[in-house]
Amino acid sequence: MQSDPERPGRGEGGDSPGGSASGVDPAWVWLAKDRLQDLIDLLLGEGYRVVGPQVADGAVVLRELSSAGQLPAGWLDEQDGGHYRLRQDASAGIFDHVVGPHSLKNFLFPPRETIGRFVREDGTWRQEDHTIDEPPLAVLGVRGCDLAALAIQDRVFLGGEHVDPGYRRRRERLFVVAVNCRRAVATCFCHSTGCGPAAGDGFDLALTEFDERFACQIGSPRGEALVAALDAADPLEACTAEEVVAAREQPAALARSMHARVAEPGQPRPRSLQTEGIRDLLFDNLEHPRWEEVASRCLSCTNCTLVCPTCFCASVSEVADLSGEAVERERHWASCFTLDHARMHGGSVRNSTASRYRQWLTHKLAGWIDQFGTSGCTGCGRCITWCPVGIDITEEVAAIRADPQEASP
Amino acid sequence: MSISPSVRFPAAGCVDDPWRSHTVRIAAITDEVPGVRTYELHFEDQEVGRAYRFAAGQFNMLHLPGIGEAAISISSDVEEPERLAHTVRAVGNVTDALARMEVGETLMLRGPYGRPWPVDALAGRHVVIIGGGLGLASQRAAIYELARHRAGCTQVTVIHGAKTPEGLFYTREYESWRAAGIELEIIVDEPAAGWDGRVGLVTAVLESMTLEGPAAVLCCGPDPMMTAVASTAKSRGVPSDSIYLSLERNMACAVRQCGLCQFGPKFVCQDGPVFPHAEIAPYLCVPQL
Repeated sequence: MQSDPERPGRGEGGDSPGGSASGVDPAWVWLAKDRLQDLIDLLLGEGYRVVGPQVADGAVVLRELSSAGQLPAGWLDEQDGGHYRLRQDASAGIFDHVVGPHSLKNFLFPPRETIGRFVREDGTWRQEDHTIDEPPLAVLGVRGCDLAALAIQDRVFLGGEHVDPGYRRRRERLFVVAVNCRRAVATCFCHSTGCGPAAGDGFDLALTEFDERFACQIGSPRGEALVAALDAADPLEACTAEEVVAAREQPAALARSMHARVAEPGQPRPRSLQTEGIRDLLFDNLEHPRWEEVASRCLSCTNCTLVCPTCFCASVSEVADLSGEAVERERHWASCFTLDHARMHGGSVRNSTASRYRQWLTHKLAGWIDQFGTSGCTGCGRCITWCPVGIDITEEVAAIRADPQEASP
Repeated sequence: MSISPSVRFPAAGCVDDPWRSHTVRIAAITDEVPGVRTYELHFEDQEVGRAYRFAAGQFNMLHLPGIGEAAISISSDVEEPERLAHTVRAVGNVTDALARMEVGETLMLRGPYGRPWPVDALAGRHVVIIGGGLGLASQRAAIYELARHRAGCTQVTVIHGAKTPEGLFYTREYESWRAAGIELEIIVDEPAAGWDGRVGLVTAVLESMTLEGPAAVLCCGPDPMMTAVASTAKSRGVPSDSIYLSLERNMACAVRQCGLCQFGPKFVCQDGPVFPHAEIAPYLCVPQL
């Protein structure tokens, strides 16, 4: 039994050697902030659908964009259990907000997707060929926690005997412009899950924000080609080894400050998750009284599973035309908080909210380790922020850890 | 080098579209017990049919376009994969619609899926197959295999229990199973007039039977029955890793990507449906898991 999972896509900002004979690091260049538009234009010119963070409906969400001006420059988010507010701050950079309700999941594993088409001709059903025809996707502003979530969903949809064709098609053409966080909110606990705040592996480019410019790290041949195109249009300055150290220091300093956070009166409680031995802790406590206690607060609303960047449960519906001779199968997100999730002919296996919350938390933090060799939690904190009653995954684990039942014989 | 979104990596092990299914035609329908029928299905594409293989205890996803899809265990002989049989109780929208279908109509099928019964790992054992009601359907392929060749087993006993005598499955085949040397124990909960067989639960048979050397138990039935069988088997000295249980859960994908069939850390679709008791013992006794 694994208690210390190998974590995919984790890193402390890459592992490039840092510094060449000439004193510059070929994997890092300076990108002036006004060049973001050139970057977006190049991606659009290559046929990418470009998605990035934008302020809409009172939150920073991921939406299609064509202009760097649509990015949330000067906006900061405040997050706590059941609390999300945006405020403007003249000193804030373009990417000083942290994660909103959306993640890469919304795009790579869309909430609704057609997975097959069937027609009946002369009374005989057959499946039609099904091609996935959509433009490739480029996403700006992807954080370390969400890169880790991407690596986790890769294991679900690409890592088994069967590969999901839609996910694969979108994933293999995905262009990721990551951002190294230099700010965290109280609900962020990536420092304790090993998923951030630096962007780990899996990006094409990663940006570290300074006042006037970004230090831009190249993470793939595709990223290198984009930097070359930017450089050809208007030469870019390479980062020196010292500048690379300074850029790496930004998320490193944030990580240190997150480890040092303490609760202060009147301030949101800083979260962290103790992951050591968590698999056995949870499976040894399946009948802990805490499940009933949290169930008395949980509304079973499914918000946590919707905003979670790794939750992958899905069910399938039949969508027939009026003749009944042509049918599409549509996969849509499901949630273990609904009765339907474990519905059998005799009724639902999980009738109580306690059993459904237990399913979610034990799957996320324990079952996932058996199934995919990694925790399902990245420490992004979305489930805490977007829970209408502020249920806190870290607090629930801590409560069980503080008062564990006897391990079953 | 290019920024263009050409294919970045070949996904390792990528073989097929898990959502791809095949047209099958209903070739025969046999009434079993009230509300339960066996459907013999033939592949429309003979090449697909020729290539199709399954193992005893595996299941298929049967899809009625416009209605839905259901996981159904294969109840026919592994040596006749071109004549796939599924024994189905009408208990939901898919199985109700299937019950209204007739010979000659088509549906879609994908599979086979899941971990089968360990038929080839039973040498030297007294194999006790315990099927509660329709649970026997998932075991019939294993019974056929063991009837044909013992696979080194010291003895094969089939215990089939049903609520009432009219709920007993595959009664027309009992004679041939016995002729093949299989010991058959039939027991019902609520005897009807004229019943002269055993009355009680399958566990009563397991409790009192003689075991010929080390035993292996293969059990499929309602969850409470399997829990009781596992406990009785352990009390008879059958080790936990020689007690195999076939579980049933809600399922949409059958390829461990929809999350619906989870049982503790297990995916019933892929890690099961057949589990050694030792693998799932900590979870079996937890309510609403």
